Amino acid sequence: MFHFSNIVRTKGDPKIVEGGPSLKQPADQLARALGWFSIGLGVVELFAPRRVTETLGMEGTETLVRTFGVREILAGIMSLSVDKNAGLWARVGGDGLDAAALLSGLTPDNPKKSNIALALLMVGGIAMLDYRAAQDTKPRRPPRNAWRRLYPNRSGFPKGIESVRTAARQIAAHAGHNEVKQGDERVP
Amino acid sequence: MKALVWHGKEDIRCDTVTDPEIQDPRDAIIKVTSCAICGSDLHLFHNFIPGMLPGDIMGHETMGEVVEVGSDVDGKLRKGDRIVVPFTIICGECDQCKRGNFSVCETTNRKRHLAEKVFGHSCAGLFGYTHLTGGYPGGQAEYLRVPFADATHIKVPPGIPDEQLLFLSDIFPTGWQAAMQCAIEPTDTVAIWGCGPVGQMAIRSAILLGANQVIAIDCLPERLSMAEAGGATTINFETESVVERLNELTDGKGPEKCIDCAGMEAHVMPSQPDTVLDRAKQMVMLESDRPHVLREMIYVCRPGGIISVAGVYSGLSDSMPMGAFMNKSLTMRTGQTHVNRWTDDLLRRIEEGEIDPSFVITHTVPLAQGPEMYQVFRDKRDSCVKVVLKP
Repeated sequence: MFHFSNIVRTKGDPKIVEGGPSLKQPADQLARALGWFSIGLGVVELFAPRRVTETLGMEGTETLVRTFGVREILAGIMSLSVDKNAGLWARVGGDGLDAAALLSGLTPDNPKKSNIALALLMVGGIAMLDYRAAQDTKPRRPPRNAWRRLYPNRSGFPKGIESVRTAARQIAAHAGHNEVKQGDERVP
Repeated sequence: MKALVWHGKEDIRCDTVTDPEIQDPRDAIIKVTSCAICGSDLHLFHNFIPGMLPGDIMGHETMGEVVEVGSDVDGKLRKGDRIVVPFTIICGECDQCKRGNFSVCETTNRKRHLAEKVFGHSCAGLFGYTHLTGGYPGGQAEYLRVPFADATHIKVPPGIPDEQLLFLSDIFPTGWQAAMQCAIEPTDTVAIWGCGPVGQMAIRSAILLGANQVIAIDCLPERLSMAEAGGATTINFETESVVERLNELTDGKGPEKCIDCAGMEAHVMPSQPDTVLDRAKQMVMLESDRPHVLREMIYVCRPGGIISVAGVYSGLSDSMPMGAFMNKSLTMRTGQTHVNRWTDDLLRRIEEGEIDPSFVITHTVPLAQGPEMYQVFRDKRDSCVKVVLKP
């Protein structure tokens, strides 16, 4: 079976013959997809806010769209990091802000209100995915008050700590004694 | 053979790979009998250290039996010899090796041009630890090619279990060097940040070297209990102020010697705003390391004291309090471990029953369970402190 990674192996080093199961779960893949989607959307919002506001009939809110773009990029980067759960929850919160902003533009005199309705539908769908991914990627670190096994008998010193301390003290005393002797010899 | 292979961030798999081959007359092949997951492997698991490529075999704590030797190794090693493999690959002949500075061997990094670009000068080749250090396949596998095997080995006698000897490959000499760098005196208080496997070894080393008082700092009860068992006074940084407690325990003077066994992924806590800022900057690649422990050590160390850094740092650290560092006349000593500089002494101590490093092992599993154990170790589940893998 062809494995792309084998191309960069140094000659003679082991190459993959058959891949084992991945640690990545479907939720991890979803988080990754949402992270990249977030960055893509953020870049559009940051650099082409007028296109966004014109599509939604919400001209004059370009600064808000740019701000949302920065938020999307940061949440996207976070979703791609090892702290993806925090990034996904940030996205869930961001979805709420997006929905609120879109609802504010859903006025009877907005000629593009059908686009806003479509955008709201999309935000709703993405929010469900974000929420699902956030739930499924919860950190598996045990809570602070979880039961833990303690290791009070694992000193690592088969003869006991006191024996080690005594030996160290004797070595130090011996070294100190030698130092004094050497000093004495220097006195005329 | 089976091996634990890096495929990307948080994705390590037990793959079937081709067996290693002798590539150079100084090579040897060993059949791995035991290997371990190191705390620094987690930096690779998180992809915080640049230079990993999909298909790289993990692992730098390995021991086993020699099954094949190159033509230039014969005499130093023979088939059937039992060896521990130091994580630093050494030639034993260059100027640095002759000085005992084995972790900066000038010969063994086969991709030295990358290291020179990043670090200014190359360091030694390392097993399973990015292409910056040679891109050598690691030892979490059934077999391992040991380059420069005539120098890169610690021959160990039969009759002592693997579990007592395996950590000569890294964590025991790393903890030992961290303590040695402190030049411990009988009146010294040594404070150690991080009670993971290296921290535990540093605690025992400081006790063996005669420190008056050893203080261990962490937040996990299982690790603190192990530190206490080894003779340390403990501080839980989630429930106590480290600075206040250290001052209390040293009559306000601060510890003379401070050891960092936490490294670049310091714990993030809202009560320590610098840790949150570091994490945010690390996430957007504005900073590669989270050096909270270094800052705290500089702040709390007694003037004229020594700071010893055993924890791994990969690149750039921000907001270092150089004013305090300079004005307090502190000394910082650091480095990847010069493993073979210490192992004769440490092996003797193990043989004489002075110390048994197997105390740190909490989990022993077959190699195939390695990928899951990376998650368990990372998440500190099941009171995990140290994982040993059996191929």
